[in-house]
Amino acid sequence: MIGVEHYVVVSSILFVLGVLGIFLNRKNVIVLLMAIELILLAVNINLVAFSAFLHDLTGQIFAMFVLTVAAGEAAVGLAILVIYFRGRGSIAVDDVNRMKG
Amino acid sequence: MDWSQSLRLIAPEETLSVASLVLLLVAAWGGDKAAKLISVLAVAALVAAGILVAPALCGGAMGAETSAFFGQYRADAFASYAKILIYLSAAVSLVVAPAYFDRFKAMRAEYPVLVLLASIGMGMMVSATDLLTLYIGLEMNSLAAYVLAAFLRTDGRSAEAGLKYFVLGALASGILLFGMSLTYGFAGTTSFAGISASMAQGLSNGALFGIVFVFAGLAFKISAVPFHMWTPDVYEGAPTPVTTLFATAPKVAAMALTMRVAIEAFGDQAAAWQQIVVFAALASIVVGALGAIGQTNIKRLMAYSSINNVGFMLVGLAVATPQGVSAMLFYLAIYVAMSAGGFAVILMMKDADGNPVEELAKMAGLSRTRPGLALALAMVMFSLAGIPPMFGFWGKFLVFKAAVDGGMIALAAIGFAASVIGAFYYLKVVKVVYFDEPADVVKGESDVWHKLILVLSCVFISPLGFLLTKWLGHLSETAAAALYSGL
Repeated sequence: MIGVEHYVVVSSILFVLGVLGIFLNRKNVIVLLMAIELILLAVNINLVAFSAFLHDLTGQIFAMFVLTVAAGEAAVGLAILVIYFRGRGSIAVDDVNRMKG
Repeated sequence: MDWSQSLRLIAPEETLSVASLVLLLVAAWGGDKAAKLISVLAVAALVAAGILVAPALCGGAMGAETSAFFGQYRADAFASYAKILIYLSAAVSLVVAPAYFDRFKAMRAEYPVLVLLASIGMGMMVSATDLLTLYIGLEMNSLAAYVLAAFLRTDGRSAEAGLKYFVLGALASGILLFGMSLTYGFAGTTSFAGISASMAQGLSNGALFGIVFVFAGLAFKISAVPFHMWTPDVYEGAPTPVTTLFATAPKVAAMALTMRVAIEAFGDQAAAWQQIVVFAALASIVVGALGAIGQTNIKRLMAYSSINNVGFMLVGLAVATPQGVSAMLFYLAIYVAMSAGGFAVILMMKDADGNPVEELAKMAGLSRTRPGLALALAMVMFSLAGIPPMFGFWGKFLVFKAAVDGGMIALAAIGFAASVIGAFYYLKVVKVVYFDEPADVVKGESDVWHKLILVLSCVFISPLGFLLTKWLGHLSETAAAALYSGL
């Protein structure tokens, strides 16, 4: 029998993968965007699983809002990435270092 | 409670929403030529929204009913206090913008619209009494803020600031959301009142994880240590008017949001989060002070100063009493004035060609070429350091008094000692400006609006500010009482 705790474990693993993806990735900013999506999906699994478990619709509505905002966030993120690339000609994470200290 | 009542309660947000959409259309048709007109109209919209929230600040013209949309949203004195500070800061960042952006031929029409949209989001943040409203408000503010940070498209530093702000801000939102999903799962509801009622019966491990994640996400937004690393880069890279906004309005919004979440949702389990807040407060004070010492760029220095100030404000939250909350609110008002004044000085420092001067070394001997500007900078620095004749002292005094009255004497003592470290770099700026050999770089003409903002904020933080102590103290106490009456 699959209980709510299984869902929470899966979403926690996805969440940790997403956070590690942001901190360990040294190659490409696009991968950072993917890691952020992974975090948001982990949250959605949590919300939907809890919603089904609690017999309460709020969680599913919340998940819809998260999906919508994630789309907006990706759009803004990619737009910023484009202007960054225009100025620098590279999107390697190690090159994002003009300001330090 | 009916819909018309709810719609009346959100009148300021409605005003700003309609204004920003109409101005977006004007921007689409009028192009960048209309940018100044749109700025003026945007400031007018912010003033109108400010007038609409003012009645609720003085006890509430709406009567006792402040809760709208079935407990999703509350327009009480606490929210009004924060909203007035937010609208003021947003208006300041609009007023100072044209003179700065004209230099780069980048005064584009979407700047005021984005500031208005961010203000709506910030207003929702401080009024949210449900995790869902909180999230939407936070994202409305953040998405506009990411774009604003990268607003100077041709400047590599601005684009980099936008990118860094976006990645770390999105990570913070993700952490906050994960915490909210756990809180929802273990409390069974997303409304603050429901969460509070559920947690009053005891705290499960899952809910504790939820609280920790929520506080970590919020710490990112208020740039408290250990989640502060984005602040110096974003402050340095973003165009100065945008930095002025970041240092004031979102700080107020995120701080007020943190207070509401901590007190209204998690208030019954204060012991669970107090130690987190105490750690964040002390770490912010120390790291903010130590990090600032080696800085050569004044905008980075202001970033560390804001981390330092957030630490002092969190001391008030750590106490978790109405007195602590009202001290924080008082501090926020002074902090907004100090930041606005500080950034007005930075905006006014230009070399002979009109390029912004941000290096500390180039400001040496400013007192001989521009005595008024040097005096204003010295006043801001003394006030930020909390040296007595200045009004900044009173904010720190109230916060530490609340900590002592709340029985957290060790916290107050350590915070007090650490504030001495902070005084070092504030005084260093004063020393560079007054006693070093003149570098003779700052020569540019100052814009009249910058002067106006600087004079107003300097009068507020000068000893004359103490005349307002009673009035502002009354307002912040009313606001804190409103926050606690929601329990």
